[in-house]
Amino acid sequence: MTAAAAVGVDAGSTTCKAVAIDRAGRILARRVEAASPRVEEQAARLVAELRAEARGDPAVGATGYGRKRIQAGRALTEITCHARGAFALAGRPGVLVDVGGQDTKVIKVGPGGEVLDFAMNDKCAAGTGRFLEVILARLHVPLAEVAACAAGAARAVRVSSTCTVFAETEVISLVANGEPLEDIVKGLHVSLASRVAALARGLGGGEVLMSGGVALNAAMVAALSEALGARVAVLPDPQLAGALGAALSVL
Amino acid sequence: MMLRRVQYELAGRAVGPLLLRLEAWQRARARRGKAAKQSPFAPPLECTRKLKELMSLHYLRGRYADGAVPVAWVTSGFPVEILRPLGFHAVYPENHAAMCGVQRIVPELSDAVERDGYSRDLCSYARSDLGSVKTGKTPAGRLPRPDLLACCTNICQTVLYWYRALADHFRVPLVLVDTPFVYGEAPPHHERYVRDQLEEVVRAAERVSGRRADPEELVRAARLAREGARLWGECLATGKARPAPWTGFDGFFHMAPIVALRGDEECNAYYRMLLDELRDRVRRGVGGIRDERHRLLWDNLPVWFAVRELSTLLAERGFNFVCTSYTNAWVEAGLQVDPADPLASAARAYSHVILNQDLRNRLGILTRLARDWGCDGAVLHSDRSCKPYSIGQVDLKDRLAKDLGIRVLLLEADHSDPRAWAAEPSENRLTAFMESFPS
Repeated sequence: MTAAAAVGVDAGSTTCKAVAIDRAGRILARRVEAASPRVEEQAARLVAELRAEARGDPAVGATGYGRKRIQAGRALTEITCHARGAFALAGRPGVLVDVGGQDTKVIKVGPGGEVLDFAMNDKCAAGTGRFLEVILARLHVPLAEVAACAAGAARAVRVSSTCTVFAETEVISLVANGEPLEDIVKGLHVSLASRVAALARGLGGGEVLMSGGVALNAAMVAALSEALGARVAVLPDPQLAGALGAALSVL
Repeated sequence: MMLRRVQYELAGRAVGPLLLRLEAWQRARARRGKAAKQSPFAPPLECTRKLKELMSLHYLRGRYADGAVPVAWVTSGFPVEILRPLGFHAVYPENHAAMCGVQRIVPELSDAVERDGYSRDLCSYARSDLGSVKTGKTPAGRLPRPDLLACCTNICQTVLYWYRALADHFRVPLVLVDTPFVYGEAPPHHERYVRDQLEEVVRAAERVSGRRADPEELVRAARLAREGARLWGECLATGKARPAPWTGFDGFFHMAPIVALRGDEECNAYYRMLLDELRDRVRRGVGGIRDERHRLLWDNLPVWFAVRELSTLLAERGFNFVCTSYTNAWVEAGLQVDPADPLASAARAYSHVILNQDLRNRLGILTRLARDWGCDGAVLHSDRSCKPYSIGQVDLKDRLAKDLGIRVLLLEADHSDPRAWAAEPSENRLTAFMESFPS
């Protein structure tokens, strides 16, 4: 095994991700953890673990909301890092959709992995992973069972509200009206997907790639593909795109 | 009356300058011995001190204006020069609201009127002005009571309802200049309609001031207003130099005289001085920021409470706002004022301000600014408070990016209410935007 040349840490709002890569950009070791409020300590520990596992004396790149609190050679925004990481993972440009814990980013990635344009949800968590988390918790559907649950739906119930707080209220009344759980869960995904698709369409054409933790949710990928009318390509290791981009930035 | 007049004159000519000098001396003493911090900006313009003096004196005189001279409260798009010959002291609630924005007291002023039922969705300038009237709180010390309210709808329709509320509160006459929205060019009947209203305004202002408008004075004020716009335009044009000798954000502060003292000789004297200093900087190759690598265009009003934070964030990475559509607006309108026919030309000029024209025209202005000032990017401030300025920006963004091949960012904020501002996500977005430029 080659030695680690770089480590990237992506301190997000929900999870903290870290990867070690070799000089060729291959991932040697990885970590994904729930985000700790003590970003500095968590990042330092993850870097130390990856150093021990992958050996070498890697440079450190940081990204995500906690990037300023991380001891790193370089800190870049998650927009830039996701674009770089996604480009490395996919090997091609496209429109990258990253549905994270507290924001949804849509990035037009150029032929060199650069950011051509981007759009994000504004000051509202309705189009994000948190939206699903909050409401699924209310419905007692564990994240691991979401896809199976939505797949069993006869139809998607219309969830009109796009605000997390109001949607929760709306979902409660749907449950009270006896709507099947599966149909509500599917309806939530359709509602979220239509929001994300609108953002993505705003950036023009191109293949839609998907990264971020929500890309692991097959129901969401299916709903987004349907909303866009084209298959969405989920990146390998979608949660690691940001951390990989951060590592690549210090290679 | 006589005593008030003496106080008004003394405030402007003797007491004010003395107080300002004392303050400057105290500041200089406090600064002595402190090491200069590494700043991404060039040293401040010498003129900044003069600007502060000019505007402070204007507000200081204002404290003693009521009872001494007729006082008019006017909107920023009102042809104020037609009031000058009648000796009005003009107060700009929008300019005052911007001061409240810089000092971050808008939430407090706004709360005061929100309690009376005004919606938080109203323009934050309107809310803070009405809040200031209600509570008497102002960074200007005291605003003089108006004898006349002068409102022109060329910037928005909100001003109409805002000034009606003021008229109701102060029980003074309100003159309204209604400028229908212009698609392309205003037709002749539009200009006649506006000119007729301006004639009525002059008659109403004569009644309020108890004086007759001297036609020669009207011509003189129009000439001064046009000359002021020309000088201001020249100042802005120095930004075409590389590096630009100042920042667009400096322009937001130095625009105060063309807004509040337009048609007045002291406004023009100030811009002559500023122009000299800027041209001197261009000759010496001094930039507004120390290391100018990218040049940006700013659209819409400033984010008054975060001007410093935003400009520092950008300047540290070599980005400068070399021009803004907002400061430019006072050039476009003023240049069309014609001393040969002050009222007819004002009708035309003030109908064709950027906010009273269709989107095609706005795209034309932004395109020209970005090209002439050599911008490689633009930030369009989507201003929660200013709907007329913010509508259409999604299309403007696409067209600017496509037509000019520049990078464009939409930034959500508000011109003076920090409660509508998410500092961290906004800073993040601006940083990502800057990272996307080839270094």
